[in-house]
Amino acid sequence: MKKLLAILMALALVVCCFAACGKTDGGNAGNADNTQKVVKIGVYEPQTGANGAGGKQEILGMQYANKINPTVEINGETYKVELVYADNESSTDKAVSAASKLVAEGVSVVLGSYGSAVSIAASDTFKEAGIPAIGVTCTNPQVTEGNDHYFRICFLDPFQGTVHAEFAKSKFNADTVYCLGELGNDYDQGLINYFSEASEKLGMKVIKENFPKDNSDFTSYLANAKKQGADVIFAPCSIQYAQLILEQSNAQGTNIPLLGTDTWDNNKIVETTKGTNTELYVSTFYQEGANPEFEKGIKEWMNSDPTALENNGGNDMIAAVTVMGYDAYMTALEAIKNANSAEPSAVMAALPTTAYEGISGSISFNEIGDANRDAAYIKTANVETGTWDFVAVQKVSA
Amino acid sequence: MAEFLNNNLQYLLNGILAGSLYALIAIGYTMVYGILRLINFAHGDMFMVAGLVMIFIISNGAPLWLGVILVLVMTVALGVVIEKAAYKPLRSAPRMSVMISAIGVSYLLQNCALYFTGGLPRTYPAIPMLKEKHTIGGITIESVFIVTPILTLLLVVALVLLIKHTKIGMAMRAVSKDFETSQLMGIKINSVISFTFIIGSFLAAVGSMFYFSKYTTVVPLSGSMPGLKAFVAAVFGGIGSIPGAVIGAFIIGICENLIKGMGEGWTVFSDAFTFALLIIVLLVKPTGIFGEKTTDKV
Repeated sequence: MKKLLAILMALALVVCCFAACGKTDGGNAGNADNTQKVVKIGVYEPQTGANGAGGKQEILGMQYANKINPTVEINGETYKVELVYADNESSTDKAVSAASKLVAEGVSVVLGSYGSAVSIAASDTFKEAGIPAIGVTCTNPQVTEGNDHYFRICFLDPFQGTVHAEFAKSKFNADTVYCLGELGNDYDQGLINYFSEASEKLGMKVIKENFPKDNSDFTSYLANAKKQGADVIFAPCSIQYAQLILEQSNAQGTNIPLLGTDTWDNNKIVETTKGTNTELYVSTFYQEGANPEFEKGIKEWMNSDPTALENNGGNDMIAAVTVMGYDAYMTALEAIKNANSAEPSAVMAALPTTAYEGISGSISFNEIGDANRDAAYIKTANVETGTWDFVAVQKVSA
Repeated sequence: MAEFLNNNLQYLLNGILAGSLYALIAIGYTMVYGILRLINFAHGDMFMVAGLVMIFIISNGAPLWLGVILVLVMTVALGVVIEKAAYKPLRSAPRMSVMISAIGVSYLLQNCALYFTGGLPRTYPAIPMLKEKHTIGGITIESVFIVTPILTLLLVVALVLLIKHTKIGMAMRAVSKDFETSQLMGIKINSVISFTFIIGSFLAAVGSMFYFSKYTTVVPLSGSMPGLKAFVAAVFGGIGSIPGAVIGAFIIGICENLIKGMGEGWTVFSDAFTFALLIIVLLVKPTGIFGEKTTDKV
């Protein structure tokens, strides 16, 4: 009896292992068939952890782009484009092994990641392998600074932080701003830093507080904001925390307007505000409705695929990161075409001069490898419908 | 004093809520330790699983009352299954092996949760009764702030009465005093241990309902931080002692929230302070506040 039980348990373990393998393999979009030449594009995104929801939405954009443009012409030959996935688990200590997986797979170019901290952590791995990377929505300057191999298609945090500071001043005439970020997260701390620099220039008093990783109790932080007379709360944190902050702010009746960064542009978050009296403004890369033709296509695709719909948060609202994921894939294809080769080094050489007219705006790179972008979209949560309303295109007054 | 209360009422209430939630989890740790001398590392994760089970049941269209009952039943069942599968076969093994087994179960639960949720944060269904808003002294609080501490105290009183005045309670006390001798006296060890796990899991399930009603996002690691704090609370109060665990939980919950309210820059130290306090208490009183003195038998 005991032996039987032991055997059964061992079998159960083996089955569990296979289940886990099935999960990682299931992500790969089918096996390449042997006759056709294949060019691999690495998808370096968080699929789990604090940023898992955002990473999954970004991947959706790439998958859709891959579905529409599954091939690329190199030297007159048609290559099949295969997406290779690596999950960095939103964690800097898993970043390097995820990046190494992509290097071992022999990808030509890497897309990602959502979240600057993991991008910074993996940067050297790609650099040593000579593989170019295109950051999709990692906004911290350190991602591309001093790196020839890291490019990005989104705006940067000094810009985004300043946009928020100016918005806080012009919209709310704020005197005191309260910043809340995750301790030790490069993305949060970077943005808070730039935001407070700009805010102090505008004569606002800045209060900064941090919460530890995996914290879920924000009640006392919100009480602090209220006690210290903050006019605005600026919280550039992950979706996981954003949802909790919104929920608790509403329950507590904090009644202070919240400013969220590009991470907050998420279906689940806007749904959280439905039926409350929350005032929430976020800055983002794309406003839904700007390109109806593209949106119609991607919505049809998402609605036909239950997994895609679930990864998007259960409905077909289009997040800016999805659009950015699409544009990143298209930019990568453009660079491969320009290079006329699938060699990582050739793609890297072609990237600085690659230009692409994307859904989120035209994309070209400056000498650091950052996109030339000077506008952010400000959206607000419509608490009656649970959707985003467009507010303004914000540029920084120089 | 009145002024202090006035300024810190919100923090105090937050602390009482956090404390009562830690208490519900801490009892599970302390009881299992009292009986088996085992730190059940999987306890915090069972709390998380209870949260996910609720989300799963409600999202499949079940009414709330059914959800509550099913969560209680399934969490208790999970607790008993874990004990039977991972701890019972190791009863005569060195204590270290059982502890490693507990850590293994903890990771197994976390990774299963990761697999089933796909790593996406899940939102806990709203329990309307706990969400009603009240205004006290200029601050707004939800019913959960009032209901949780009261319910926690009632459950603790009931539990203490059960242990003091029932037959199974007497058996539990005997087992915790001396494992082997009580076996020789005809106490059915296995049923006592199962019963301990039933109570611990039941309280974890109750705790998860209140905890996730307030902090509505459930992720696979949701159980780790409350689990750790509850474990500290149990050690703080003297591991093995139920009133100790409850008082330890309240001290930790209230302290960490009052520190967050002490002004700019202090929030970072709230956890550091909590653990520093633990070290000081253990230096002064190594067995915790209510810990029993261990006498060496000759």
